[in-house]
Amino acid sequence: MTTTTATRSPAEITLITLAFVFAAALLVVPLAVIFAFALREGLGVYLANIAEPSTVHAIGLTILTALIVVPINIVVGICVAWLVTRFRFPGRQVLITFIELPAAVSPIVAGTVYLFLYGGQGLLGPVLQGAGIQLMFTVTAIILVSLFVTAPFVARELIPLMQQQGTEDEEAALSLGANGWQMFWFVTLPNIRWAMLYGAILANARVMGEFGAVSVVSGSIRGQTNTLPLQISQLFNDFNVTGSFAAASTLALMAVLTLILKSSLEAKGGWR
Amino acid sequence: MASKRSKHLLPGFGLTLGVSMLYITIIIVLPLLAMLLKVGGMGWEEFWRIVASNRSLAAYRITFSSAFIATLFNGAIGLLLAWVLTRYSFPGKRILDALVDLPFALPTAVAGLVLVTLFAPTGWYGQFIEPNGFKVNYTQAGIIIAMTFTSIPFVVRTVQPVLEEIQVDLEEAAKTLGATPWQVFSRIIWPTILPAFMAGCVLSFARSLGEFGAVVFIAGNLPGKTEIVSLLIFIRIDEYNYEGAAALAFVLLVAAFSLLLLTNALQSWQVRYADRSR
Repeated sequence: MTTTTATRSPAEITLITLAFVFAAALLVVPLAVIFAFALREGLGVYLANIAEPSTVHAIGLTILTALIVVPINIVVGICVAWLVTRFRFPGRQVLITFIELPAAVSPIVAGTVYLFLYGGQGLLGPVLQGAGIQLMFTVTAIILVSLFVTAPFVARELIPLMQQQGTEDEEAALSLGANGWQMFWFVTLPNIRWAMLYGAILANARVMGEFGAVSVVSGSIRGQTNTLPLQISQLFNDFNVTGSFAAASTLALMAVLTLILKSSLEAKGGWR
Repeated sequence: MASKRSKHLLPGFGLTLGVSMLYITIIIVLPLLAMLLKVGGMGWEEFWRIVASNRSLAAYRITFSSAFIATLFNGAIGLLLAWVLTRYSFPGKRILDALVDLPFALPTAVAGLVLVTLFAPTGWYGQFIEPNGFKVNYTQAGIIIAMTFTSIPFVVRTVQPVLEEIQVDLEEAAKTLGATPWQVFSRIIWPTILPAFMAGCVLSFARSLGEFGAVVFIAGNLPGKTEIVSLLIFIRIDEYNYEGAAALAFVLLVAAFSLLLLTNALQSWQVRYADRSR
């Protein structure tokens, strides 16, 4: 390190310093403030805040949602990627655009479109209500809208990778007598597993943290349809700042874990 | 002919087409269709009355101007971070690289909570800023800061791979021929990264237009002053004014779709550019 330091130009030193100043002010301090505020009344108060029944329920609901949404996202992501990288068919580009669209729209718009489908005045809402099915303001609505906002997460990691890898390995497996599932389990999946995991980690962070879309469709019923981000917002509006930061600290830990996993996956190989 | 043959050789076309179409239809197309039908059923005059009302116009102005300024910040910060991360080696580089993605990993509601606390009059940042007569919380500055935070990674992550792939021999040649560092940057590096930089800026702008969670905490939400479009939609839903919500959501949807097409065009421009310079 000392030899490279000796050769640094003034411009280089200035730019590196500037980068660290921006990163500290915009990224490190915001992260630190979460834990500082969550713990400012001591560990006992912090643990009591976490153990608050409505917060515990919100944590459970958030984890449940992620456990349902992320696996579905993985399966669909693999299907979409296989379809658009292994076959040419009319409408292929339209399909890719539709999968990408949810990530580009405002979360509020995502929630709103679901309201117009399943709400009391929505397209299907009245029919479903006639059949005794209420989707709006339930956990099901939270899961559906989460599936919407994370639609492209796994697919967009897999598509460029599978495009680049080509089909030779899979064709070889088939010509050696493997059936379709054997080809998938022993050839395709090992080739794409890290990229798949990478997309899944990002999808998980988005599901657990989704606020706008969920706030439209959940009804924010405390102890019933409040996910963690909604709980944080309600505690803050109740002027329970420490409680709000305690709830936020669980999501901040998830975010830090996401960054660590992401960075170690990137170090793993040249797939990205 | 190889691709023609593999089309018949590889299995799973029917299965993956079925799963993809089912998902896209139920999860993405049907809800969008429901909203479009709502907008289509309300008539042109009613639609225009809502989207061109004074309150809506003020919300567009605030949202678009804030997103634009936030994108300028992100362009500059993003270029700096991408440059430093690809060109120099220094202790803490890997941590800095990982930290850049924090805004994608940290939920927007947490970001909003953090920013409103930092910029409160007694907060870590607010105590230094407010005595100088500059207020962030409950002003447009707060909206801009929230939008800037949530879209920091876009420009970094689009420019970084292009900077890594840039051909060093071109730069070396220019240097031996007597080019100044600034000439090398403006004549060789900048034209190469421009498409990626633009794509990153468009992504950042699109994200800022739609940002809701981080903004609502810090904006104060005063109609005509700090009310963004997403928030106005949310208020209309709360008032059971579904026509109002649908019309405004349609405006945001059209903006998002146009920006998505623009990003795709910029990315294919970049691919063409990279192929040509090879």
